[in-house]
Amino acid sequence: MPIHEESLIRPENLRKHDELNIDDVDVSGHWSTFIESRAVSDYNEQLEQEVAAFPGGEFIHRCWQCGACTNSCTVNAINPDFNPRYWIYLVRLGMEQELLRDKDIIWQCVSCHKCTHVCPRDVEPEGVMKALSHWLEAKGHTPKSQSQHFDEEFYQQVLETGKIEEGRIVRNFFNRTGQPLQQPWLIRMVKNMIRGLPILLLTRMGLATLFRPKTKDWSKSKASIEELIEMKESARKQILEGNKSS
Amino acid sequence: MSDSTHLRDDLDTVAYYPGCALEGSGHAYNRSTKRLARKLGLKLVEIDNWNCCGAMEVKNIDPDIQNYLSVRNMSIAKHKMGLDVVMAPCNGCYHNLKKAEHDVTHREDTRETLKKMAEKTGQPEYKSGDVETIHALDWIKHAIGEKNITGKVKKSLAGLKIANYYGCMYTRPRHIFPEKDQGEGSESTSKPHFMDDLLRAAGAEIVDFPLKTACCGGAHTLSDCDTSTQLVLNILQAAEACGADVIATECPTCHSGLEMHQVRAEETLNIKTQPVMLYFTQLLGLAFGISPRQLGIHENISQSMGLLRQKGLV
Repeated sequence: MPIHEESLIRPENLRKHDELNIDDVDVSGHWSTFIESRAVSDYNEQLEQEVAAFPGGEFIHRCWQCGACTNSCTVNAINPDFNPRYWIYLVRLGMEQELLRDKDIIWQCVSCHKCTHVCPRDVEPEGVMKALSHWLEAKGHTPKSQSQHFDEEFYQQVLETGKIEEGRIVRNFFNRTGQPLQQPWLIRMVKNMIRGLPILLLTRMGLATLFRPKTKDWSKSKASIEELIEMKESARKQILEGNKSS
Repeated sequence: MSDSTHLRDDLDTVAYYPGCALEGSGHAYNRSTKRLARKLGLKLVEIDNWNCCGAMEVKNIDPDIQNYLSVRNMSIAKHKMGLDVVMAPCNGCYHNLKKAEHDVTHREDTRETLKKMAEKTGQPEYKSGDVETIHALDWIKHAIGEKNITGKVKKSLAGLKIANYYGCMYTRPRHIFPEKDQGEGSESTSKPHFMDDLLRAAGAEIVDFPLKTACCGGAHTLSDCDTSTQLVLNILQAAEACGADVIATECPTCHSGLEMHQVRAEETLNIKTQPVMLYFTQLLGLAFGISPRQLGIHENISQSMGLLRQKGLV
């Protein structure tokens, strides 16, 4: 995949001479800019295999670097550093260090599925973004993202009761991430919401927080879900640890 | 069967899958959908003892668990209730049931996993094509149709300028919606038009809105507030620039996302936007003469009563 990456030419790799004279020719300034030779030796040969072991990452090998994902990307339109095609490229080459430069923004994929919609190779780049953020967390490169906290809270509620209750998710999520519930915009929104509501509905909403909505006879489903998660997690662990020892 | 490009015809009685949001923040959507069904003589039978579809979150923990959650509901509709069409008004639920159908049809590993889980939990195994999942838009469009809508209108929506917002999960990714993009009469994944067709038939003026399928940041509405606010602002400002008074919605997550971040943009960025949000079921209900209260319009966060009064709809 010999794709030239302009972003590899970074300021720290540039050497410039303010005054340089070669064979009586003045090549000072812009003409004297040199790019330091850049040899990569720190490959993680297993990187693609590791990422593919996380949910959503299994089709990363199909990518042929057309760039449709980045072109269509919602987050890329806000932040040009958010570049799914480039990250898939780095993972497939095993360039872990280069990938880690962007570790703090990868979780920001909003799952709009525009990339998966246009991908001609069914890579499902949206899934790869999720796999990448899980990989970053599992390897200890990043703390749990806000999004991961939210997913876990949501999953816990579904696992326990088969249903979710939005108010509880919001409260627990803010708790988990140490954010105050008393944010001016939230207060105003709740005020707007309550203003028009009839007493009956308010009572019903109050009751829903006390008596959580539940799916009946959920225990077998819960056990079955937990079993599947355990199985997949141990398979993943084997891949990650196997790679560490080798 | 499950790759069918043709929707089933008999939609007078369908299994109804409201989902968690319609019991919470999207209650008004639930209410107006049921009212509309009653008005139009369509029967909704709620799926018995349904569970959450996993929304945008559980698939990030594991996609097959999300598939399990979806097929459990579909299996109940088919085997316990004897119904072969499931109608989901929420884009998230709709998308997840469609995705599960796709994976059951095309992925051997998913089929195996789900088969084992069904055995362990004592449910009948879900087989590809057992049910067909449709969105509330498909339901009204195919069960009633534009011509009948026009015939039933009591208060025309004339004078109301509407931008239709469909969000992400109704059309993307295209491979899980085999019945879309099939030419005349079918929905388009690039320029969806079912909501346009229905509301236009009720008399509304539909504005040409380029951000129909833009993302509102719903998946990160709380976990990445600033991004969501910016994405919502794009949608609100574009609708305003197109001259819309109303943004019509067909998803509880999009709807509450637009409402929440409209307030947040005002509070944190001091940017005010005019359009109000209404579910398409509320708008159709108004046209059919159902009262705003019965449609849950007072439950919306965005205040639309002033506008509706001004346009003579209330």
